[in-house]
Amino acid sequence: MLRQVSPSVETSGLAVEARDLVKDFAETRAVNGVSLAVPTGSIYGLLGPNGAGKTTTLRMLIGIIDQSSGYRRVLGHEHPLDAAPLIGYLPEERGLYPSMHAREAIAFMGALRGLSLREGRKRADELLEQHNLGQWAKKPIRTLSKGMAQTVQLLGTIIHKPRLIVLDEPFAGLDAINQGKLEDLIRGEARNGVTIIFSTHVIAHAERLCEHIAIIASGKVAFDGSVAEARGRLRPIVRLRTRATDGQWRSAIPAAARREGDEYVFELPEGGPEPLLKALIDGGAGIETLAIERPGLHDAFVAIAGDKAAAEMGAVAR
Amino acid sequence: MRRFIHSAFVIARRDFGATVLSKAFIFFLLAPIFPLLMGGLFGGIGARVASQTEQPVVAVVSSEDDYERISAARDRIADTIPMAGVVRLSHYAPEGDLAAQQQRLLASRNPPVRAVLSGGLAEPHVTGAVTKETDVVDQLRLIVADAQTAEEPPPELPVTQTAVSSGSLAKGQSLTAQVGQMLLFFLALLLSGMVMSQLIEEKSNKIIEVIAAAMPIDAMFIGKLFAMLTASILGIAVWLSVGAIVVQLISAGGVRTLPVPAIGWLGFLALGFVYFALNYLLLGAIFLTIGAQASTAREVQTLSLPTTFAQVLIFGFASTAVGQPDSTNALLAAVFPLSSPMVMLARAAQEPAWWPHLLAILWQAAWVILILRWGARLFRKTVLKSGPRIPWWRFGRA
Repeated sequence: MLRQVSPSVETSGLAVEARDLVKDFAETRAVNGVSLAVPTGSIYGLLGPNGAGKTTTLRMLIGIIDQSSGYRRVLGHEHPLDAAPLIGYLPEERGLYPSMHAREAIAFMGALRGLSLREGRKRADELLEQHNLGQWAKKPIRTLSKGMAQTVQLLGTIIHKPRLIVLDEPFAGLDAINQGKLEDLIRGEARNGVTIIFSTHVIAHAERLCEHIAIIASGKVAFDGSVAEARGRLRPIVRLRTRATDGQWRSAIPAAARREGDEYVFELPEGGPEPLLKALIDGGAGIETLAIERPGLHDAFVAIAGDKAAAEMGAVAR
Repeated sequence: MRRFIHSAFVIARRDFGATVLSKAFIFFLLAPIFPLLMGGLFGGIGARVASQTEQPVVAVVSSEDDYERISAARDRIADTIPMAGVVRLSHYAPEGDLAAQQQRLLASRNPPVRAVLSGGLAEPHVTGAVTKETDVVDQLRLIVADAQTAEEPPPELPVTQTAVSSGSLAKGQSLTAQVGQMLLFFLALLLSGMVMSQLIEEKSNKIIEVIAAAMPIDAMFIGKLFAMLTASILGIAVWLSVGAIVVQLISAGGVRTLPVPAIGWLGFLALGFVYFALNYLLLGAIFLTIGAQASTAREVQTLSLPTTFAQVLIFGFASTAVGQPDSTNALLAAVFPLSSPMVMLARAAQEPAWWPHLLAILWQAAWVILILRWGARLFRKTVLKSGPRIPWWRFGRA
C-alpha cells in the first residue's frame, strides 16, 4: 500500500510536476510562476537565496498550502494530500513534541502517514539502532541534543517508506559529520528508487548530491535541468601564462580576456582548445602554463541567478 | 473518509495520551472541588431566595361564596405579611367524585398544583405532597381561620399527604434542570481554557507543519476536540462516581431521593451525555478556532477572559428557560446553537416529550460540523496562509 504509485507517474516519468505556480500573501507575491519537472527516482535540488520562494514552493507541492494559481501534480495526484502516505516531509523549522519519547515520536510521524502504531514502533527501534540512537529510544525528545533530535525527525520522515521525500533545508544546523550522514542517507534512499527533493542555499550539497536542480530567484525558476546542463551554460575558463609579452599570438586571445597577475583569464573560444593552442604556438607565445577549468555549479549559479543572488549565497557557497 | 477518520484518530490518541498521562490531569480531576464549594455557597443563598419567592399553587375546590372569602383572606394576609411566597389560589367547582378530581388536579401541569383545599370553610381539608409542618399548610391554616372568623384561633387543618403532586414534582424537576444546566456550564467553562490552548503546543514546537502536510486540517481539529472530549468524559465518570458515593453517604435514601426528571433518569442521563458532548463540541470548535489564531500562551490567556464572559451570558440566556420551557425566551434559547444544549437538558428534566430532543440534536450536530469546517478553513487561511482570498461571508461554503 505504501509503495503504491499512481500509474500516471509511471507513464509520465515525473514524480512532481508544477506549471506556473503562483502564491500571493496579501500584497506580496512570494512565488511568481514556478514550473518544475522532477523525474521519478532523482535527487532534485532547489537552489536559491533566502527569501527566493523555495519553502513556499515546497509547501505548495506537498499541499500544506494551496497555490493562488497554477497547476501541480504530485505522484499522480492533483491534491497532494491524497498522496500523503507516499510522501515524507522534513520542514525547515524542525518540530517534535518535547515530552514524547524518541521512539514514540518516530512512530507518531509514521502514524500520521498511515502506518500502524505497532509497525511504527518496530521500525522506529530498527532505525534508531541503525543510526546509533538505540539507547535514546525511550528518552524524551527534550533530553536529546539538537543534532539527535534532528536525526529523530528525519527518521520520522522516512519511517513509512515514502516514494517521495521532501526536505526543506535539511543540512541547516547540522555539524559536518551529521551532514555527511545525511548525504549518505539521501543517496541510500535514492538508490532504492525514492525521489528526493531538497531545498538548500548551500551549493556544495547540491553539487555533491543532485542530478537535477532548479535555481529559484525572486520567486521565479531561473533554471531547471541537470547539473551538467547548468554547468554547460558556461564556457570553460582558460588560464594562460606566457614567456612572450607581445606578438602574433595575442590575436588568439579574446578581447574580453582579463589579467589576473601574470595570467590571462578568458572563456575557451567556440572552436575549442586545439585551434587556440595552434594559434598560440604558431604566434610564438612561449606557453609557460595553460589550464582549462570546467566551471562549477557556483559559477553556473552566478551566471544564471545573477550576481545579487550569488552574493546572498556567497558566504555558504562552497 | 477512512483516511480522514484515521488521521483524526491519530491526533486524538496522541492528545488523549498526552493529557491523561500527564501529572496535570490530577489537578483536572480535582477541579470540580472549587466550583462545588462556590456552588454550595451561592446555591444555598439562591435556594433560600428561590424558596422565598416561590408561590406554590393551591387548588381550592369549593363553592363560589367560600372561595371569595378564602381569596379575600389570602389577600389580607399577603398585605399584612409582605412575603413574596404566599400561596396562589386557583378555584374549581366541586365535582361528583372528589377523590378523582383531587387526583386530576394534583397531576395537572398547568398550573402545577402543590395541594388541594377541599371541603369549603365548613370542613376544610388539605390533600397533596405536603406535611402539617410545611409553609403551605401553615399559610392555609391562617387563611382558613381568617376566612371563617378572625376572632377564633387557627383550626386544626387535616392533611392527607400524597407521594407526589404536579407542583412538588415541578419544583423538583426545576431543581434537576438547574443542576443539569449548571453542570454543563461549569464543565464547558472548565474545558474551554484547555481547548483554546490545544494548538499552542503544535504551533510553538513547529509540529503543525508536519501535521498539516499529512492530513486535512479538519481532521486535526476533530481529533483534538475528541481527545479533549474523551479526557473530559473520563474525568466526568470519576466525578459522577465520587458524587454518587457522597450523596449515598450523606443523604437518607441515597440517590433515590433525587427528584425524578420528566423524561426519566435513564433518558435524562443519556440526553445529559449527548448534550454535554454537543455543548462541548459547539463551544470547543469555536474556542479551538479562536485559540488557533493565538501564537503564545499569553495571547490565549488574554482571549480567555472575553470568552468566559460570553459563556456566562450564554448560560444566563439558557437559564431563563428553566420553569417555562414553552416561553418565547426558552424557544429562542433552544434555537440559538450555543445555548441549545443547556436549554434542552433543562427541558428533559421538565417535559416528557422526546421529539424536540431529536430535532435539537440534529440541529446542534449540524452546527458542530459547520463551525468545524469554518474553523479549519479560517486556520488554513490565517495561520497557514493558504488558499485564495475569500470574503468572510463565504467561509461557510468551504
